[in-house]
Amino acid sequence: MKSKSLVSIDQCSREDILRILENAAKFEANPNRTLLDGKVAATLFFEPSTRTRLSFETAVNRLGGRVVGFQDASTTSSSKGETLKDTILMVSNYVDLIIMRHHLEGAARYASEVTGIPIINAGDGANQHPSQTLLDLYSIQKTQGKLTNLAITIVGDLKYGRTVHSLIVGMSHFNPAFHFIAPEELRMPEELKNSCDKLNIPYTEHTDFTEEIINQSDILYMTRVQRERFTDLEEYERVKNIYILKNDMLKNSKNNLRILHPLPRVNEIAYDVDDNPKAYFIQQARNGLFTREAIICEVLGINHLI
Amino acid sequence: MSAQKKKELQVAALENGTAIDHIPPGQLFKVAHLLELEKMNNTITIGNNFYSKKMGRKGVIKIAGKFFEEDEINRIALIAPNVILNEIRDYEVIGKYTVTLPDELTGIVKCNNKKCITNNEPMLTRFDVIDKEKGTVKCRYCERKINKEDIVIK
Repeated sequence: MKSKSLVSIDQCSREDILRILENAAKFEANPNRTLLDGKVAATLFFEPSTRTRLSFETAVNRLGGRVVGFQDASTTSSSKGETLKDTILMVSNYVDLIIMRHHLEGAARYASEVTGIPIINAGDGANQHPSQTLLDLYSIQKTQGKLTNLAITIVGDLKYGRTVHSLIVGMSHFNPAFHFIAPEELRMPEELKNSCDKLNIPYTEHTDFTEEIINQSDILYMTRVQRERFTDLEEYERVKNIYILKNDMLKNSKNNLRILHPLPRVNEIAYDVDDNPKAYFIQQARNGLFTREAIICEVLGINHLI
Repeated sequence: MSAQKKKELQVAALENGTAIDHIPPGQLFKVAHLLELEKMNNTITIGNNFYSKKMGRKGVIKIAGKFFEEDEINRIALIAPNVILNEIRDYEVIGKYTVTLPDELTGIVKCNNKKCITNNEPMLTRFDVIDKEKGTVKCRYCERKINKEDIVIK
């Protein structure tokens, strides 16, 4: 990687992605290691996120490292008005690695500029969440046996969904074909469609979530349609139940189809889908542990030891 | 130089220095601010609403004894892309230049994303100019793209 911090998926080349995924597979085979023996990582969660924090902290622990940190900024000096810069520099005195989540966009990039300690961005507002993207890619590779030439259907909030935007950037190295399914108000932004055009990545847009599209897909990536995203609440009422995946919609789908979701889900995947062997969202979260072990070793420059 | 122009220049003819011409009248004081004229001790003449064949009305700034580096002057390209810079030595215009948007703008543009770190931390903004023709910029931090018409100068 160009930088020793992981701030955004954009900074990862095709080779970076493949190397991290290869290392994640090694951690899946053998997750408990001593690579971080004697090292301390800080998890600075200025904004709470139980799932991501536990996943990162487990990754550090399984690598033999120790964790310090906080999960609620209201108990820290940032609530007294300390700048992010001062907090980062103070913590940099103590630890070998900082894993941070912040509600402000660009916080992780700024942190990586003020300190010499590697930063892993565990989410900065609506901007970037690169470890989520890498675990999505790992899940795709693992379930399909490859990353190239896949038909990927993405459903839900395509306008604001950061995981969706990053997934497109991450997959863009691997010759995908996309179906984008979203209500009119939450369509894929022009900007992302333009970058698909530039890279000759085919995509089609739909407002109807139909079996016909599901049946062509290798990956079905579901996201939440959030009420607060709508300016027109009537529109929300109209579409909220359209983008729900039910088990009977999968009856003619491809054998290799897998259903992913960045979680938490609300009602966009009906519970009768959970027992379908094509449902993969819970295992997907488990893959986050191995991917994060690989990311930690990558930014610390110890990936050759894995 | 035409007789008419010479006559006009009599007001504050420059021996040596820079005359910035064809500034849109509404942007004149923003240009002055961006160039940090208030910090200079040079003799400065600022005029506005002069008649212009090209643009109807225009602003003009003349700064004695000052020759701008490219980086310094390109800051104004964002708000006044069509200005003409006249470099004057010994009362003669020895060079006419236009300004071009630099690749990067530091500390000039305010990010219009309220949730951007740059609006919440004492730090300089940094924008990459991603389309020089359209004047589109992108925040280095929150990655938001801003079109020319929505750009706010700090």
